[in-house]
Amino acid sequence: MSGLDALPAWAALLTALLVLLGAVVTLIGSIGLLRLNSFYSRVHAPTLGTTVGMASILAGSALYFSVIDARPVIHEILIAIFVTLTTPVTLMLLVRAALYRDRTEGSGDVPTEETAEDSILRTED
Amino acid sequence: MSVAILTWAITIAQVLLGLAMCCATYRLIAGPRAQDRILGLDTLYVNAMLMLITFGIRTASMIYFEAALIIGLLGFVATVALAKFLMRGEVIE
Repeated sequence: MSGLDALPAWAALLTALLVLLGAVVTLIGSIGLLRLNSFYSRVHAPTLGTTVGMASILAGSALYFSVIDARPVIHEILIAIFVTLTTPVTLMLLVRAALYRDRTEGSGDVPTEETAEDSILRTED
Repeated sequence: MSVAILTWAITIAQVLLGLAMCCATYRLIAGPRAQDRILGLDTLYVNAMLMLITFGIRTASMIYFEAALIIGLLGFVATVALAKFLMRGEVIE
C-alpha cells in the first residue's frame, strides 16, 4: 500500500468507481454464462467482461498509475488492443466448431447447411 | 479517507471477480457439452486477467500487469487450439 498515500482524492475515487464498475459488469456476464439456457445464447454473456469490464478496469489502472508516477502510463492499452482483437476470433472459431458438431449430430436446434442464410457458413463446411 | 474508499473498492471488486471466476469454473466443470467447457475456460482466463490487474492496483506494482498480459496471450492460444480440436477431432466420432 505504499503508493496509495501519494494519491489525490479525485483520482482515488475515480479509480475506485471504474474498478467497481468493471468488476460488476464482469460478474453480470459470468452469471449470464451460468444461467442462460443454450450454448448459442451463453456465448454472448462473457463478452460483457471482455468489452466494458476489461475497458473499465484497464482505464482505472491506467489512471491510477499515471497519477502515481506523474506521467502518462498507457501500456494497459496493450492488453485492451489484444483482447479486443482476439475475442471475436476465438468466439467465432468456437461457435463454428459448435455449429459443426450440432450439424453432424443432426440436432434440430440449428439451421442446416441448406437453409443457412449466411453464405460463408454454407461454404465453410 | 479516499485511500480507504479505494482499498475497500478494490477488495469488493476482487470478491466480485472471484465470484465471476466461480461461475466460469462451474460452467467448466458442469458442461454440459465440450463447447460449454471451452467457453467457461475462456471466461475464466479473462476474469483471472482482470483479477491480476486489480492486484496490480492494490500493490502499486507493474509486475502484475505483465502477468495479466501473458494470461491474455495464453488464453487466446488455448481457446483457439481447443476450438480447432473440436472442429477436427469430432469427425472420427
